[in-house]
Amino acid sequence: MGETLVLGDDLRRVSNTDLAPATCNETVNLAVDGMHCGACMRTVEDTLGALPGVSLARVNLSTRRALVAIDANRITSERLIEALAKRGYTAVELRDMERHTFSSSHDDLLRRLGVAGFAAMNIMLLSVSVWSGTNTDMDSSVQTLFHWLSALIALPAVAYAGQPFFGSALKALKHRHLNMDVPISLGVILATGMSIYQTLRGSEQIYFDAAITLLAFLLLGRLLDEQMRAKATSAAGNLLGLKSVSASVIHQDGTVARVPVKAIEPGMRVIATIGERIPADGRVVQGDSEIDQSLITGESIPHKVQCGDQVYAGTINLGQSLIIEVTRRDANSLLSEIAQLMSAAEQNRGLYVRLADKAAQLYAPAVHSLGLSTFVGWLAMGHPWQDALTAAIAVLIITCPCALALAVPAVQVAAASRLFSKGIILKAADGLERLAEADTVVFDKTGTLTIGQPRLANGDAVSDETLASAASLAAASRHPYARAVVAAAEARQLSIPLLDSVQEVSGSGLLRVTADVEQRLGSAGWCGITTKLADTPALWFKPHTGNAVALQFKDEIRSDGAAVVAALDSAGFRVELLSGDATAEVARLARQAGIASYFGEQRPEQKISHLERLKAQGRKVLMVGDGLNDAPALAAAHASLSPAHATDIAQTASDAIFQGSRLAPVIEAIAVAQGARRLALQNFALAIAYNIVFVPLAMAGLVTPLIAAIAMSASSITVTANAVRLRTQNLKVSA
Amino acid sequence: MTALAWLIPCALFLGALGLAGFLWSLKTRQYDDLEGASWRALGDEKPKG
Repeated sequence: MGETLVLGDDLRRVSNTDLAPATCNETVNLAVDGMHCGACMRTVEDTLGALPGVSLARVNLSTRRALVAIDANRITSERLIEALAKRGYTAVELRDMERHTFSSSHDDLLRRLGVAGFAAMNIMLLSVSVWSGTNTDMDSSVQTLFHWLSALIALPAVAYAGQPFFGSALKALKHRHLNMDVPISLGVILATGMSIYQTLRGSEQIYFDAAITLLAFLLLGRLLDEQMRAKATSAAGNLLGLKSVSASVIHQDGTVARVPVKAIEPGMRVIATIGERIPADGRVVQGDSEIDQSLITGESIPHKVQCGDQVYAGTINLGQSLIIEVTRRDANSLLSEIAQLMSAAEQNRGLYVRLADKAAQLYAPAVHSLGLSTFVGWLAMGHPWQDALTAAIAVLIITCPCALALAVPAVQVAAASRLFSKGIILKAADGLERLAEADTVVFDKTGTLTIGQPRLANGDAVSDETLASAASLAAASRHPYARAVVAAAEARQLSIPLLDSVQEVSGSGLLRVTADVEQRLGSAGWCGITTKLADTPALWFKPHTGNAVALQFKDEIRSDGAAVVAALDSAGFRVELLSGDATAEVARLARQAGIASYFGEQRPEQKISHLERLKAQGRKVLMVGDGLNDAPALAAAHASLSPAHATDIAQTASDAIFQGSRLAPVIEAIAVAQGARRLALQNFALAIAYNIVFVPLAMAGLVTPLIAAIAMSASSITVTANAVRLRTQNLKVSA
Repeated sequence: MTALAWLIPCALFLGALGLAGFLWSLKTRQYDDLEGASWRALGDEKPKG
């Protein structure tokens, strides 16, 4: 199976052999949107592979990227993107981006874990033989041999696998504070150092197994954390790529040229054709069309634009070609502004001190002074310094925070797996701790409190027969309204006749003309209607005979929205609604959901300042949102959640993502986070209780390597078993 | 006790073999796309080459 995976080698082989000298080999890195399974992966690879000039196309499904080896003289990356667009996949080229899936630190941790795991297993093998040998017939020369073998394996392994902890501990000490890595490093280094000394002396106080096993477990925890983070980063990279890279600019003399987006200046006129991303913020000067603004607002209902309207970079033109006069340079565009707001907000969050580090700040000084007093105590009682040091190190090893270091990660893994089974994906471990502290929940409206998909609103006024024939036309389109019509028909269990000869007329609607029938589904003008409906978005259906019927659409509140708000309310949370939409509409939905405190017409920076105000009042805010305009607020809030359909950047900014059409996961997430916090504190208590039993033994010099190993595993198993309870516990929330 | 003289090197060699295998798989980037690889196993793709 190896050969299919070694892309780097394949590319090299392609470039070195059997290609004519006139070729110019390049690799193109594409971010492909909309790939979900093996079938999509196959389609994308086959589509790209079939193009002339493509020698290899390889998809990475985890990162939603494709690596393509092309002959630049025969094909361009634009052609690749076009070919994918025809198959329904939006793709963009990622330039100057790291090619590999995960950051190098992920690979680095994995390598160190491999080494630590190998060493731990082999040393355990030798240690267990020695322990059982002391009760039977192992002679001391064999014991010494085993100790030397252990030392030989342990020394390089500890030096290599321990580096991340030693480095982090050094950094913390330089800044004059203590984190969990300080006692870990000290424990591991002293245990190894003393074991070498004791091996030289031929004594039995050997702790190599304890040191290396501890490292292996800790590396595993760190690797899991890094994996979650790497996935989030690559999603963010894909999003930045989604901005257009080049645009068609109309010059003064009427000629059109492709120009990189960075070179676009205010005042230039650019063309955005159907299906294309708008390259820069600007004003429409010619044409009217519909724009998919979901990147900005998270709302999938297309937004009508006409001459004079403002459009934003990154949104997609769904209708006819538009000519846009650019008003802002790329670096000043809304998208770039939001990215800046986000990174500023995220820096604040970086200051959060994790529970384990808080514990370390209390724990480390206590442990170190215990060790020191043991050493001084033994000296004072007139023992030689070697014995005093041995006892002091035994104290450090027994207190080395194996259970403590597992106390939090074990709970977090249990919490993540419980959340996962409920459709909630936790992104970073510290997010769980922040989530547990929330006492205020702020919702965004569109796509968060509501479903974010249009639904047929006036279904009562439409007969089954009309709906079925409208749906048979609508089935030919992927437009959100058309899909809403089909969904409404399916909900009534109507049979939708399959029709051919349905034409989609861009920007107008759907048309079916046969010898004796003409049917239309589309905008009012297109169906010959002049009366104007109220503000509700609508489609008109004109059957062959009879009057046209209006189909109106509305974005409705999630089915359990009101229940969730009520539950949060009664648990003592303060609930607010914060939206960029018109205040009247926000008020209507707030009433429906039972939210007393709501704010409309909020721009991204206003949302942030609102959160700052709540923070100043001492509140810890959980923000729930999905749009690009929520992303800065999501990053600024104490904790944040996004629904799964949210824009990538919103998902990047939030701590967890929930799936499904219900809002209940918000409560589940808070409940699990609070449960996890409770269990983590219990685990700390257990770890300390175990220390209270064993530290006096160690201070008295009674801890043998066997006792140390048993005590360590027993305490680790206890805290892990306690953590696993989280998966089945019945949880309640309270603010 | 002579058994130890060859059993221990054997054990260490086998362990080192496993470690080398792991490092090789890591170096050839086999952990980059676990999701995709699980789907690829289902298809009857012709080996590239």
